[in-house]
Amino acid sequence: MINTIIQGVLLGGYYALIAAGLSFMFSVMHVINLAHGSLAVLAAYALFVLAQSYGIPPFLGLLIVLPLMAVIGVILQRLVLERAMRAGQLVPILATFGLSIVIDNALFEAFGANTRSLGNFIGSLSYDSVELPGGIFVGKLAIGIFAVAVVVLVGLQLFLSYTAYGRAIRATAADADTAGLVGINARRANAVATAIALVTVGLAGAALGMRGTFDAYAGGSQLLFGFEAAVIGGVGSVWGTLVGGIVLALAQSLGARISPLGFLIAGHGVFLVVLFVRIWLAGGVAFLTRRAAA
Amino acid sequence: MSALAVSGLNVHHGLLHAVRDLSLSVGKGEVVALVGANGAGKTTLLRAIAGAHRPTSGKIALAGEDITSVPSHRRVNRGIALVPEGRRLFAEMTVEENLLLGRMAGRPGPWSVAKVLEVFPNLAARRRARARTLSGGEQQATAIGRALMSNPDILLLDEVSLGLSPLAVDRVYASLAHLMRSGTTILLVEQDLGRAMRVAGRVVCMLEGRVVLEGPTATLARERVTEAYFGLGHGAAAHMPAVAAP
Repeated sequence: MINTIIQGVLLGGYYALIAAGLSFMFSVMHVINLAHGSLAVLAAYALFVLAQSYGIPPFLGLLIVLPLMAVIGVILQRLVLERAMRAGQLVPILATFGLSIVIDNALFEAFGANTRSLGNFIGSLSYDSVELPGGIFVGKLAIGIFAVAVVVLVGLQLFLSYTAYGRAIRATAADADTAGLVGINARRANAVATAIALVTVGLAGAALGMRGTFDAYAGGSQLLFGFEAAVIGGVGSVWGTLVGGIVLALAQSLGARISPLGFLIAGHGVFLVVLFVRIWLAGGVAFLTRRAAA
Repeated sequence: MSALAVSGLNVHHGLLHAVRDLSLSVGKGEVVALVGANGAGKTTLLRAIAGAHRPTSGKIALAGEDITSVPSHRRVNRGIALVPEGRRLFAEMTVEENLLLGRMAGRPGPWSVAKVLEVFPNLAARRRARARTLSGGEQQATAIGRALMSNPDILLLDEVSLGLSPLAVDRVYASLAHLMRSGTTILLVEQDLGRAMRVAGRVVCMLEGRVVLEGPTATLARERVTEAYFGLGHGAAAHMPAVAAP
């Protein structure tokens, strides 16, 4: 039981890593990027190609792939999101959904249906473990991914709170028109925000590839888990995102103990319960304030 | 050469023709008050000068350079700062963060957070408070401070007294007084005609998107301005067609 909880918490770190970029883009740009999971898979394939064809190990490959993801972020912002955002809130969702289909099928075209993994290229890290008191073994990789997720989440928060660019990004999110009037280049602020989000997507892709296998259509479920973690934790809150990932992963791990099907059912169940409670609370609070005003 | 020159400017809000063939020039170090009834086009004119509205036609020049097609954030970089109507602070950010945003334009100069707090001492204690928790007067001081942080050559003030208590208005104008004396070029919109004529060297009266009367406050009789304000007097009526002609 304790073993299940510890493994669940560590898996939650991976979900939080996916959710970090998703939640960041939503809170600073009001964009729900449905291509998030597919872009993570794209990054995983990029690392795979670098390792397979050029002999560059994934950790070194990140030095190439992360800047590349940042560039893809700027292009994504300029070519897709900026235009879509002008057309209303729903259009970026449709546009990124379309983009995810394009990416998925392009990857399928290029790499076929075989599942791949970065596990072969990271030596013994994929199965190394440390023993905790009580005879519980936890994977070093899982601990590493959890640590990366915490660093990414805290880093994003510190960036937004204490840097000039972070302030500019928040100001642009709140009121782009006024941001321009105080001298902020709103286009650049959004491009930087998207680039940062995509760097976290690159990290999530690396984690995906190292901890298991992926194929061209793996993006959808990564997106779904990231989205659920973000919603459970409350979008835009650092610790909320981490807690959301952990709650989702714990529900899945405990569900899997009950039945093999329980993994997905328990995860989605917790997501739906939290979602409805949130809606009910929001409605309830609004109802109370209406009463108070009357 | 004037610090700011607007010529033949037309600005539309959808179907509304808010500013009509307007020309205006502000000299360096001059304090000019824009007066006029609601809907006369004062705010639209200021926003067009700041780059928040694209004019349909006409030209805006800053120190002789055409900036008509320059986006708003680059105009701040060139030295225009607008204190918008209704303050438009970033409500969830602190006073200090709002002020620091003004530095994004990257213009070097004398203004710093410390200097703003010195000019608006009522902000010092509120430095780390979120902007939405401030009183109207504190919000206005923050908005002006944010504009000053970009070290502007020209400051555009849009109804800084709107929604403030008379005491708070006095305080804001007292803080602005030394700015006006220090040689900053200021173009301000003010509903209170008496105050506008006290602080400004020149008054420009707008009616339905046009300039109907302008002149130095020293020689302009208040009655003439009032008449022009409402589009009544003969002076205004006689002046209007001349300005409106293309």
